[in-house]
Amino acid sequence: MNSKKQEPSFYLVKRDALPWHKALGIRIAAIVAAMVVCAVVTTVLTGINPIQVYVSIFLGAFGTARKTWITFQNVAILLLISLALTPAFRMHFWNIGGEGQVLVGGLASAACMICLADKIPNALVILLMIVCSLGAGAIWGLIPAFFKAKWNTNETLSTLMMNYIATQLVAFFTIVWEVPKGSGKIGIINQNSSIGWLPQIAGSKYLLSILIAAAITVLLYIYLVYSKQGYEIAVVGESERTARYVGIKVEKVIIRTMLISGGICGLVGLLLVGGINHTVTTTIANGQGFTAVMVSWMAKFNPITMVFTSFLIIFLNRGASEISTTFGLNQSFADILTGIILFFIIGCEFFISYKINFRKKAGKGENN
Amino acid sequence: MKKSMKWLLAVVMMLTLSVLPSFAGSAEETTVKAGFIFLHDENSTYDLNFINAAKEACENMGIEYIFKTGIPEGQECYEAACELADAGCNFVFADSFGHEDYMIEAAREFPDVQFCHATGTKAHTEQMPNFHNAFASIYEGRYLAGIVAGMKLNEMIEAGEITAEEAKMGYVGAYTYAEVISGFTSFYLGARSVCPSVTMEVTFTGSWYDETAEKEGANKLIDDGCVLISQHADSMGAPTACETAGVPNVSYNGSTVSACPNTFLVSSSINWAPYFEYAMGCVAGGEEIAADWTGDIATGSVVLTDLGSAVAEGTQEAIDAAKADLIAGNIHVFDTATFTVEGKNLESYMADVDTDPDYEGDHEAVVDGYFHESAEGFRSAPYFDIQIDGIEFLDTAF
Repeated sequence: MNSKKQEPSFYLVKRDALPWHKALGIRIAAIVAAMVVCAVVTTVLTGINPIQVYVSIFLGAFGTARKTWITFQNVAILLLISLALTPAFRMHFWNIGGEGQVLVGGLASAACMICLADKIPNALVILLMIVCSLGAGAIWGLIPAFFKAKWNTNETLSTLMMNYIATQLVAFFTIVWEVPKGSGKIGIINQNSSIGWLPQIAGSKYLLSILIAAAITVLLYIYLVYSKQGYEIAVVGESERTARYVGIKVEKVIIRTMLISGGICGLVGLLLVGGINHTVTTTIANGQGFTAVMVSWMAKFNPITMVFTSFLIIFLNRGASEISTTFGLNQSFADILTGIILFFIIGCEFFISYKINFRKKAGKGENN
Repeated sequence: MKKSMKWLLAVVMMLTLSVLPSFAGSAEETTVKAGFIFLHDENSTYDLNFINAAKEACENMGIEYIFKTGIPEGQECYEAACELADAGCNFVFADSFGHEDYMIEAAREFPDVQFCHATGTKAHTEQMPNFHNAFASIYEGRYLAGIVAGMKLNEMIEAGEITAEEAKMGYVGAYTYAEVISGFTSFYLGARSVCPSVTMEVTFTGSWYDETAEKEGANKLIDDGCVLISQHADSMGAPTACETAGVPNVSYNGSTVSACPNTFLVSSSINWAPYFEYAMGCVAGGEEIAADWTGDIATGSVVLTDLGSAVAEGTQEAIDAAKADLIAGNIHVFDTATFTVEGKNLESYMADVDTDPDYEGDHEAVVDGYFHESAEGFRSAPYFDIQIDGIEFLDTAF
């Protein structure tokens, strides 16, 4: 009699595809909810008016012309890394190695800038930088792909481990090229001669990365959605057996796709070293190889949607660090806010995929 | 449930509005607005030291200031410096070595803004009217801290805890960089000035802040028979390892007595407030800031903390005497009569003062019987990078 199991008061149902406006509504609701929670947390912990906080988040991203440019440049870089990972992800090849692929690309650029300065003309240096960094990134993608294709090794582990190798390589060359001796820093490379610095477009330091990101977004969208190779990627991602059955060479697709994935990461390395920082450090990718995994997932591997998700992350990031400057709060506070907002945004995907049904209270009464 | 949440929110909102932040802008009339760039935030002892000094100097002078914390040593530093200039700052300061090149970039873009950089090496060769380096003769502070260590060793020898030959100190360094080498060599010479039999082992972590590596480094040195530890790295790794092992520790950047009450001896540090007041005073008065500024004991830039309870008797008197001698110029830390290099006295040394990728020596630093460190006509950042006898480098990968 007493052993009657109590039924839970709610249960989950997987939704069919939600109409886009409903899905959008849930996402907006999540962002609003996140903002409210952030406001409460801010007020309770610091006593600062949340409206002021939101204003300063916005000003942090768009307060001045310079800030706006930097925001868009950062969006471009994060977007490019996310785009780079996307073909692999669509193939269900979990490339967690964006960080390392960016790093080796950057290292290759730096090597050209340091070793070839004053030896060959600047234009040739830049040309070699492009070739070397794309090549280096592609090789860093090729190695795990090769092992996956030949022996079906776990690509999540191997791409992740390649990150550490890349970091250590950069650390090693930092000591080789450090200036002054013992400082552990390379500093700006060719600061006075500007050899190997990527050209400014229309007098703007920031435009180059933005234009490249825009171009790659469009090209990758076309490649993934309309090309035969893009279709092959999708088929391999759905089912390797199906792919083999219809005559797709799965090994070839894996290797080709990872060459593209790594190559675009290498391009980001080129932009970071040749175009933006003009130096190389172990932290130059700044964890964006991992952030990009989230950006790509949140966009459901759609290059166009990725523009918005990467913008969202960068906007929050820049805004959050502005808060710590304006209100003298610890940098970690900015991270807390970003964490809350991401929690809601990722969490809302659950409500887009599942529906919660509550049981009627009356039923519960009968059992008692 | 929902209703109670709404209420909670309403109450919280009302509380907020009643405690609106009070932003007291400094009302005093001044033409200076200062911007500061810090590598980390106040959780790093290195940055905390700068942050406190910047606050102190700005409040003393009634200057409005903006802090940017957590700025990496990359293009972000250039952008932060430009943003500060955009925001109306006419004095911009950065605290970390790797910021230098990016500060120079910003200085080129904003000729009307004064850019100052601590620990950098390039101002005297770049020769820009608005880019300046600063440091302090911290080797003198290290020397005094070394005397504290030497006195402690003497006490241990007298108490029979160790023999004179066993008086071996350990030092946890960051990189084999001149700033570090200059620091531990002066520390060692200070100790040897009171305890002639002392030797020292140095290990390098390859990072300015790596708590685990610094802790492991200190433990390794202790296992190696070092009976007193000091460090030039910014985490609490080495001091806490010493507290656990009960080994006396000479700290840096500030007192670690609260975390290490039993083993803390003393800490030397640079007080940056005098420099900030000097440089911001120059900006206010429209005067030129020196390309290289080196604070010393007399300017109040080189300071020692209060002594810990573990120090030997008579330590304070010994420090006071040595300090007076240093100020008067009676003794020099790098007096070539007090140390040898590969068994010989150092008669000449071409120091690498001008930064270049080939590390070429370019300035004769040994004049009048002592090595001129951070001296007038050279540069403010240390350039003493000689390995002297009595100090053993354990691992020099970095």
